[in-house]
Amino acid sequence: MDIAFYITAAVTLISTGMVITRHNPVHALLYLVISLLSLAMIFFLLGAAFAALLEIIIYAGAIMVLFIFVIMLLNLGEETAAQEKKWLKTRIWIGPAIMAGVLLFELCYLISSSDAVLYDQPNVGPRPVALALFREYLIGVELAAMLLMAAMVGAAHIGRHKKMVLHRFLKEKEIQ
Amino acid sequence: MNEILRYVLMIVIVLFTLTTTAAWLIWLERRMLALWQDRYGPNRAGPFGLLIVAADTIKLFFKEDWIPPFADKFIFVIAPTIVAAAVLMSFVIVPFAPGILISDLNVGLLFFLAMASLGVYSIVLGGWASNNKYSLLGALRGASQMISYEVFMGLSLMGVVMLSGSFRLTDIVLAQKEYWFVFTQPVGFVLFLIAGIAETHRLPFDIPEAESELVAGFHSEYSGMKFGMFFIGEYLGITLVSAMVVTVFFGGWLGPSFLPPLVWFILKTFVFILLFILLRASLPRPRYDQLMEYGWKIILPIALLNLLVTGAIALLIY
Repeated sequence: MDIAFYITAAVTLISTGMVITRHNPVHALLYLVISLLSLAMIFFLLGAAFAALLEIIIYAGAIMVLFIFVIMLLNLGEETAAQEKKWLKTRIWIGPAIMAGVLLFELCYLISSSDAVLYDQPNVGPRPVALALFREYLIGVELAAMLLMAAMVGAAHIGRHKKMVLHRFLKEKEIQ
Repeated sequence: MNEILRYVLMIVIVLFTLTTTAAWLIWLERRMLALWQDRYGPNRAGPFGLLIVAADTIKLFFKEDWIPPFADKFIFVIAPTIVAAAVLMSFVIVPFAPGILISDLNVGLLFFLAMASLGVYSIVLGGWASNNKYSLLGALRGASQMISYEVFMGLSLMGVVMLSGSFRLTDIVLAQKEYWFVFTQPVGFVLFLIAGIAETHRLPFDIPEAESELVAGFHSEYSGMKFGMFFIGEYLGITLVSAMVVTVFFGGWLGPSFLPPLVWFILKTFVFILLFILLRASLPRPRYDQLMEYGWKIILPIALLNLLVTGAIALLIY
């Protein structure tokens, strides 16, 4: 189990690094998909199979496809990659990198100072997850549902448009 | 050690059987289409034309394996493998018969949905990497079609999960000892079948490739075995959806005891494979916007209503 965890963790870190450094947006997104898949794998190793599969279904399977969908429509080519390359100068990324490094150091210190065993947890089935969601965290679930409903109504409102009749002779019968 | 050996053996057997089945489905489909359209179909190579599969494979292997110079080479090469890999991964959780399955995950049904959702990448990336407008149009259609129908696929299965109380496929099969779920969840069955056809992008929902308008859609630029991979992936997808329909709605391996369980499973699966082929032979393709409108305005409300009614009844009875 240890080896599986370390391999998956290494894949996650490398692919996430690649997401940041790739110039071609589609390649970067593909690395992000791999990163999400390996994260799901880590959830799986931690015994949260339900969360792992939801991660794949929702993030890797739906949201990332929509990202790629949009990028595909933008028709980005060589020029964008070159522009991206120009933007990724040392001067720009050095500041955030130092600060992220400090945080990483802190995280490593906190993890190494606590002696909790993170993996080798018992496998949690869907039933306890459902019971927790709809008993203890019911209000959270309902609030999230309301938020999503609001987003959906907003999207439907923005997407609605008047019917346009472009035909020469049928103009008089135009439906407003 | 013995346990590991059993796993490996099972995986090899399932893999071999599936790829062979998918290859012979090409012959089956062409013969059945011909039968339903009053033609002969392939009948020259070998008995009943069975060797047409070998001829097709040899032809695909010897074709020039061309990668267009304007394509994104790496993604172009990797795209066809994704669909075959994702579908083959899904078979991990299909219970063929008691004892004949690879893994009995307690989230099996979700695993199937997860793998089905990863299959989209094959179309999207293949179409994008080809750097061709027809391919791109096919990829766009494929992405939106598969994302929408994935939603209904998940929703249509949830009724069964409520009734059986488990995501584990063996539990779902065993819960159908008295009556199959197709009788208690008829709406769920019809919706799942429609979503399954859309997920495998078979006719009448083969809008991503629609050869009359988009050349060959997302795989216009593919040739040789790369095209063969998309082809095999499609037939594997048909087998998978048929196997899932049988497992979830038609009692899986359960049946009268004069035949062994595995034979029942295979027989039922082939009935649905033939239904898929019959649909291809008989139905015209809808327009792209009709397909999307049909999905979101008709299937989604029905799926939610089905879920609501099933939930209410389950709450009253249990």
